[in-house]
Formats: sequence, structure tokens, C-alpha cells
Amino acid sequence: MLPEKNKLYIISLLLVSFLAYSGFIYKSLPFKNSAISEESIHGKILWQQYNCNACHQVYGLGGYLGPDLTNAFSKKGPAYISAFLKDGTETMPNFNLAQNEITALIAYLKSIDKTGSADPRTFTKNYDGTIEQ
Amino acid sequence: MVRSNNKELSTPKLFIIAGLFLLATGMIWGITGGLQYILPGFLKRQLSFERVRPLHVSSVVFWIILSAIGSVSTYIQQHTGKKLYSNKLIKAQFIIFIISIFIILCSYILGKFGGREYWEFHPILALPIIIAWILFLINVVKSIGTLKNQPVYIWMWLTGVIFFLFTFLESYLWLFPYFRNNVVNDMTIQWKSYGSMVGSWNMLIYGSSIFLMDKISNTKTYSHSRIAFLLYFTGLFNLMFNWGHHIYTLPTHGFVKHISYAVSMTELFILGRIIYLWKDSLTTAKKNFHQTSYRFLMAADIWIFLTLVLAIAMSIPAINVYTHGTHITVAHTMGATIGINSFLLLAIAFDILKDTCRNFKPYKKRFNTGYWIANGSLLLFWISLICAGVIKAKWQLSSSQIPFSSMMLTLKPYFIVFFIAGVIMMVGFLLIIYPLVINQLLCYSKRNSTEKIDTSHQTAVSFQNK
Repeated sequence: MLPEKNKLYIISLLLVSFLAYSGFIYKSLPFKNSAISEESIHGKILWQQYNCNACHQVYGLGGYLGPDLTNAFSKKGPAYISAFLKDGTETMPNFNLAQNEITALIAYLKSIDKTGSADPRTFTKNYDGTIEQ
Repeated sequence: MVRSNNKELSTPKLFIIAGLFLLATGMIWGITGGLQYILPGFLKRQLSFERVRPLHVSSVVFWIILSAIGSVSTYIQQHTGKKLYSNKLIKAQFIIFIISIFIILCSYILGKFGGREYWEFHPILALPIIIAWILFLINVVKSIGTLKNQPVYIWMWLTGVIFFLFTFLESYLWLFPYFRNNVVNDMTIQWKSYGSMVGSWNMLIYGSSIFLMDKISNTKTYSHSRIAFLLYFTGLFNLMFNWGHHIYTLPTHGFVKHISYAVSMTELFILGRIIYLWKDSLTTAKKNFHQTSYRFLMAADIWIFLTLVLAIAMSIPAINVYTHGTHITVAHTMGATIGINSFLLLAIAFDILKDTCRNFKPYKKRFNTGYWIANGSLLLFWISLICAGVIKAKWQLSSSQIPFSSMMLTLKPYFIVFFIAGVIMMVGFLLIIYPLVINQLLCYSKRNSTEKIDTSHQTAVSFQNK
């Protein structure tokens, strides 16, 4: 049996470390001064309201029915994205989006695209198992 | 000492029964989503995939959460030998949960969203869940009383209850512009909370499983042992610091990834122990195989091994780059939620719900068929997802990528196997849970049945007296 005192020491140490780690992450988020346009903010709200994440991924996280859209803006361009948003596809429904909604969603995808690359081909794999972007 | 009449449908039992209903409906949504993979455009106008996926995911997540609450609430009473601190609190908690889940599922059917992946409902609906969880927290803390000389499952329950509340609140930090204004910041916090949240409900489920194992073996040696606490602290350490493996490919802080990579390797200790004890587990399994609850514990043991091997591999960033964003991740999630969480919860559900005024024997054959069907089809389901994932990984790394839609066509044979396995698995699960639910409902509706002392409590009482 582990002595009661030791259990309390371990749990206290873990809790303090966790709270300190959480606090540090909240305070020093990876992207500083990340002011984004009103249009992009509107786009994020629409992204959630239409639940785009159910089918699409951002940085490989989300649903698998549709493609990853992290770098769709730079790879495909706004006109290509707009065509999909206007009419849908065989799988994707036509959400009957208004033009300002399409513009906002494209602005949101543009702001995601600016943050980096999600293409696994661009990662360097090291022998110690780590990766570099 | 707690004694209850088996005609009484206690609130903890209602939590488990409601969970079983959600499991059944969740599987139906899952089958519908599977069909949409192999028949593009199926129900596109009426119930498109962005509605079906959250219906499936939320139903099964609430199955896990509700039945975990039901099991902890039942076992706390059996452990302390007293009733819960407040019956009113747990009743209020149940009502709040049921109404909220009903509204959430209806909002999905109507296509009303506003949240994020896994909690897609409008953020206002998170409020009743938070309130209900606080009621649960009060009931658990007050019912347990002291931590002194408590077995490991009490520590696990308390950890699970507190961390679920913390991580659920944390997952709503996106409501503040400071956290949501950049997608990388937003996703870092989102997956920090989600990663730990899964660990928190695992604490509730694993804690209840350890209680059940003690009950079956009629000894409390393990739950007070040094190894049990070492494994608990390893699990807690992973819950707190291992969430970064979800976001290795996100351009977030490097230290988040390095810490997660290092911490996840402590899981090798758990894996090593499973392998070391494999022979002993088999001997015990042979001895207890006749017990329905034990069978699920044994099946979960195998799935813990398979899922852990996959999880450890995926925790290595250089391997994760290949598996991330592919169906290998889905295979890992399915192995964990079905093979581990659901099997453990079914073991607990059988322990708590099986003994009623009605006999279970007529259903024994049906149960056996269901058990083997569910396990076999889950393996096929899992393998088909891994195969689809390998092909998608190859596509992601190919220098001359064919279009996404063409790649999806190459995956179709695996999706067909995945769908068929899913349908068979649903049949298996329904064969298992049908007698459990029908016996409970028929027994409690049978007003003229004679009053009997709840056999599950009799077992608990004798267990307490050991």
C-alpha cells in the first residue's frame, strides 16, 4: 500500500503542475496580436452555424467526408471555393448561402490559410520521433 | 445499510437505461452516416451528413456520460453502505440532463448549430449541463465524505467528476475573443480541453470497473494496492499533459508537443503490465467466463491492448504525421469508445440491471450470440478503418495527388465493409441490451409482483461485510 501522505503529495504536485501549465498556456497563446477582420469573425460564426467541421478538417481535425480546408484558399483560390459554396456538390448540400455569407466564409478560410501548412509532405521527420514544420 | 426494492426504478438505474436508449439510437445514426459514405447524396436534402454526424456522436457521448453517472451513483452507495447524500439532487440532475439532451438532438435534426466539433449545439445549452454536473459533484463529494484510506476507485471518481467540469468549462473559452480570434490559439485550447475530458470520463468508467472487479473477485486487495495507485497516477499524469498528441500538426507551441510525446511514453508501462499479466488474465477469464459482466471486462481487456498499441504508435509525432487526418484516427476512437468504454459500461450495466423480478435465463442464448457478433464485427469494423486510413495516408503523402473525390472512390470497398460490419455490430448490441432494458421495464411496470430485496444490493451488503 502507498502511504496516505505520499498519495496526497503526488496528487498535490500533479494538480499544481497542471494548473501552472494551463495558466501558462492561456497567458502565452501561440499567436500574439492576432487581430482578424470582422468578415473573418463572421465567417467563423457561420462555419460553426452550418457545422462545416462535420465534413471538413482544419489541420487534420474534423470530419472525413470532405477535404481538409486549411490551405484551400492558397491552393484552390476564392473563385473555386465560391463555386462550391454556391451550389454544393453531389455530397455537400446547397446551403443557399447569401453572397455576404460566402464572402465571410472565404475570409475565414483565408485567415486559416495564413497560419501555416497542414500538408504532411511539408513536415520534416526526425530520427528521435519528433517533427518540424 | 442501503436496501431497496427491486420494483423501485432508482434514479441511477434510470441514468443507465437512458444511456442504453441513447446507445441504440446513436447506432442508428451511425448506420445512416455510414450509408452516406457509400451512397453520396443519400438523404442530402432531408438529413445531410452535417446533421447525422453530431446526432451519432452526441448520442454515444451521452450514452457514455449518463451510464458513467449511473454507475458511479450506484457504486458509491454500495461502497459506503449508505444512500446518496441527496436523492433530490440526483433526480434534478437526471431531469436536467434528459431535457437538455432532447433539445440538443432536436436542434441537430433541425440543423441548428453554433458550437464546435463534439459539442455542436448552441453554447446556451451548455449551461444546464454545467448545472447538472455541479449537482453531481456535490452529491459525489458529500456522499464520499473523506479521502482517508479510500480505495483507488474513489480517487478516480473524484478526479473524473472534477476534471470533467473543469475541461467542459475550458472547452467554452472560445466564447472569449482573446481565445477564438486565431484558429491556432482556438484549436490549441479546444484540444487541450477535449483531450483531458476524455481522460476524465475514463476515470469514472475505469473506477467503476475496478469496483466491479473487486466485487466479482470478492476482495478489495487490488483497489488498495500500490500498483493500483501507481496506475491511477500514471493515468492522471496522461490526462493532464498528454492532450498535445491531438495537435502535433498544428503550428502551436513546440513544448506542448514535446511534453505530450514524453508523457505518452509512460503508457508503455501500462502496456507492459497488460502483457506481463496476460497469462493470469486468461486463467481468471476461464474461471469467470460464465458471468455476463466478466465477459465484457475480458473483451475490454483485449481492446485496451489493441487500442493502446495504436495510441502509443500515434503518440510518436513522426508516425502521427502519417495517421493524422486519416481513418486510422477514427479506428483508434472507435476502439476506445466501443471496445473499451462501451464494453466496460455494459459490464457495469449487467451488474446493476440484470437482477430483476424477471428471469434472465431465457435470453442467455440471445446474449451469447449478441456478444460474439458485437466483438467479431467490431474487429472487422476496426480493420476496415485502418485499411482505409493507410490508403488515405498514402494519398496525403503522394507527390502527384489525385483529386480528393477520386481518392474517396478508392476507399469505397473499405467503407462498404465498414458499413456491413457496423450493421452487424448494431444487431449484436441490440441482442445484448434488449433483455436488459425489457426485463427492467416489464418488471417495474408489473404492479402485482411480489416485493423482493434487490439482489444487487444483497450482493453489495455481503460484499461490504467481507
